Amino acid sequence: MIDLKFTVNGKKVQLRVPGAKRLLDILREDLGFLSVKEGCSKGECGVCSVIFNGRVINACLMLACQADGSEITTLEGLSKNGKMDLLQEAFVETGAIQCGFCTPGLVVASRALLNKNPDPTEEDIRDGLSGNLCRCTGYTKIVAAVKAAIEKESNTRRGDS
Amino acid sequence: MNLNLLHGVVGQSVPRVDAEAKVLGKGIFIADLFFPRMLYARVIRSSEPHAKITHIHLETARLVPGVPAILTAEDIPGRNEIHVVFNDQPFLAPGRVKYVGEPIAVLAAESPEIAEEAAEKITIEYEVLPPLLDPLEARWHPDIHLFGKDNIYRHLKVRKGNIEDGFARSDVTIENEYRTPCQEHAYLEPQGMVAVPRPNGLMDVYGSMQCPFYVQEGVATVLGLPLSRVRIIQTATGGAFGGKEDVPTLVGVQAAILAQKTGRPVKLIYSRDEDIISTSKRHPGIIRYKSGAKRDGTLQAIEVEYILDSGAYATLSPVVLWRGTVHAGGPYRIPHVKVDSYAVATHKVPAGAFRGFGSPQILFAAESQMDELARALGMDPCKIREKNLLRLNDETITGQKLTFSVGNLEAFQKTVETSGYLKKRNQKKETPGPIKKGFGLSSVYYGVGLGAGGIHLARAGAYVQILADASVQFAVGTTEMGQGMATVLTQIVADELGLPFDAVTILETDTSRVPDAGPTVASRATTMSGNALKDACGKLQESLFRAAGDLLQISKESIQIKEGWAVDSGKPGHRMTLKEVIAECFKRRENMAAAGFYRSPEVSWDDETGRGNAYITFAYATNAAEVEVDTETGVIRVLKITAAHDVGKAINPQLVTGQIEGGIVQGMGYTLTEEIVTKNGSVQNPNFSTYIIPTIKEAPEIDPLIVEAPFPNGPNGAKGFAEQPLMGIAPAIANAVYDAIGIRIKELPLTPERVWAALREKEGRDKRSSH
Repeated sequence: MIDLKFTVNGKKVQLRVPGAKRLLDILREDLGFLSVKEGCSKGECGVCSVIFNGRVINACLMLACQADGSEITTLEGLSKNGKMDLLQEAFVETGAIQCGFCTPGLVVASRALLNKNPDPTEEDIRDGLSGNLCRCTGYTKIVAAVKAAIEKESNTRRGDS
Repeated sequence: MNLNLLHGVVGQSVPRVDAEAKVLGKGIFIADLFFPRMLYARVIRSSEPHAKITHIHLETARLVPGVPAILTAEDIPGRNEIHVVFNDQPFLAPGRVKYVGEPIAVLAAESPEIAEEAAEKITIEYEVLPPLLDPLEARWHPDIHLFGKDNIYRHLKVRKGNIEDGFARSDVTIENEYRTPCQEHAYLEPQGMVAVPRPNGLMDVYGSMQCPFYVQEGVATVLGLPLSRVRIIQTATGGAFGGKEDVPTLVGVQAAILAQKTGRPVKLIYSRDEDIISTSKRHPGIIRYKSGAKRDGTLQAIEVEYILDSGAYATLSPVVLWRGTVHAGGPYRIPHVKVDSYAVATHKVPAGAFRGFGSPQILFAAESQMDELARALGMDPCKIREKNLLRLNDETITGQKLTFSVGNLEAFQKTVETSGYLKKRNQKKETPGPIKKGFGLSSVYYGVGLGAGGIHLARAGAYVQILADASVQFAVGTTEMGQGMATVLTQIVADELGLPFDAVTILETDTSRVPDAGPTVASRATTMSGNALKDACGKLQESLFRAAGDLLQISKESIQIKEGWAVDSGKPGHRMTLKEVIAECFKRRENMAAAGFYRSPEVSWDDETGRGNAYITFAYATNAAEVEVDTETGVIRVLKITAAHDVGKAINPQLVTGQIEGGIVQGMGYTLTEEIVTKNGSVQNPNFSTYIIPTIKEAPEIDPLIVEAPFPNGPNGAKGFAEQPLMGIAPAIANAVYDAIGIRIKELPLTPERVWAALREKEGRDKRSSH
């Protein structure tokens, strides 16, 4: 067992867990962040994507002991005071959601991408989301959603919305 | 059609009703469900493709603390039987295993870790027997019998005209053998169920599934319970594509039998490898296809032998084979037809339902043949298709006359025109570099619903209730798995009752709410549940019209209801809110809840003559693919797919285009990379680094187009279609590859290795012939 301290969605947490417990299980079972999904357990599908110290990682591949001192954002951390992130709004409006199982990981990966690069090209978007599989949408509307969110964010920055 | 209705939200791209819960990541999936005192299950599976079980050692596993139940075939209280089409499949292997991954035992433990530890301590002794792994070897095998005396689950035929005459009248005949691979569904959410025993002897089972009524039957049969004590509740289902048609019955019973034994809730979530190794897939196909046409391109005859490698139990193979057989000709007029098809048993994981259901395999052959005929005749592939496409009042190969809703030619023209296919193909220049460009077409059609192959299941129930505050709840027996059914049906109910979209709520699918609605397969949910809901809403409309007529002091025939208002159709200003009308209904103590039911129109099929009116109607589509082939590496890049689909009526256009886009990319995976590889019957690539599905990097540009040839028996003219987008992608791409490099590859997937080898072989041939 190890003592673990880290920040999730802006809140400090302190836990005593087995050192080899996966971050995925800590987030889901110990902390109740159910948006973090398990799809392959091998870092191949991206449904467990979270933002870890600013970059996207697969929570199924990270152990508790590696998470100590880190800052983590899950999908639950993106909506503020009941208001959706602009990316979430865009995913809904463009029809980028079908079964919804890959959606949390894709929104999180998109957020990490836009945090680093607020004005990505389509190529950048596709590169940034290439670790997240979706079997339903054919990805067309996912690219459209990210583009729509970029537009919304740039309008917000310019203050015209 | 009821003239009292003005349509509001049908035809509009309203956001999905489940979008918010999904985008906020709410715990709506089966893995997110937790119950107090819940146990965790594991399944112990066969490591052999064919063997006698001589001993199962459970002693050491029983010593692991925290394992309250380990069950084998001997512990089954009911019948050891999973009924799908036949009754040949046991729930737990009774002394003999027929495929790698076949369930032998199940156990429940206090935690997933303890369950795994105990499972590892179970050893099984086998007397290994020789397996049959090749369907051509298995068919009519003299000594090894998996099913009957010939290892054939079903043999089907189609006979039309006179096949000898047909070929005698043909100026050109083309004959080829095609092969298609085993495809994995790769839904992102693995299979999973939670069974919860209830104090009154009921068993509730929650899970990810397409067909709750199948699960109900399975649980009742194996647990020895009456159907009335089994209740199945569908949780949000993270993709299915046919992979959650019959398989969840096994998963549900695995959880439920342990819950019954221990009296505690039991959760069972498959790991990805377990899911890929042990659950159904698309049947590998062998298609021998001979086509004949006249000099002007008129199709005369097809003679087809179609073999499906079906695996160790029949599951859905008899009906998968039927759909494939009926679709053998593609959407064309063909006067002389002979088709023989076989679903063959082998010692492999049973193949089952997968988007297209036996048609993508045979359509790959049929549509490759169309291009080969065009080439032999010196015609453009576009022209030969246009000449032969089925039109209104034409007959399909099974003799079904198409008397309505035939958007075949319109879909074809829309794709050809919008894609600029002819112009692009004719203006294509030979490029000097290694990258060659090509353009290809495919036309397909899809029999909507279960058809004559499943007519006994072709009904649906529904339940609708208007509440005192003028909001509405409704329930159906079909399921939402991502395709958009919940939203489409909410739109239909909102318009039927004249209430705003937001006032209507769909409840989760639960077998205790509505009568057996059959499976959610065959693109049938919109038409079947849509019509059942219309039936229920019609009963409620009666009360609304009566009350509104009295309140407005006009005849009830003059009332129109729309978006919350009851309006005098003769004097639109003369109106009142439906809230007031509904309040009046409650004051009068009217029954504001109604059950609805729908039976699909009659269809027919004769096994002996191989003829019949197979389906209630058809959807139609044409695809145009643009590809680049790198002649140095064999890598194919799909640049763009244009696809027009006749859907009858797009109740929600955004959901329709979503189905087109998703089906195309899944079809592209089938064409280019996806293949389950087995060695001695054992799956070699059970994860996403070895089984390659398309990522966002490979997804092509897609231009989805909608054609609406209304279906008179569909809700608002709609017909189901969501399988169709996948069905013609392989031949469209293969035809484009031929256009690019002049090579006909008759085996999927078109991997770089296969394309590269074909290119080198052609180079060798060209070199030899130039000497």
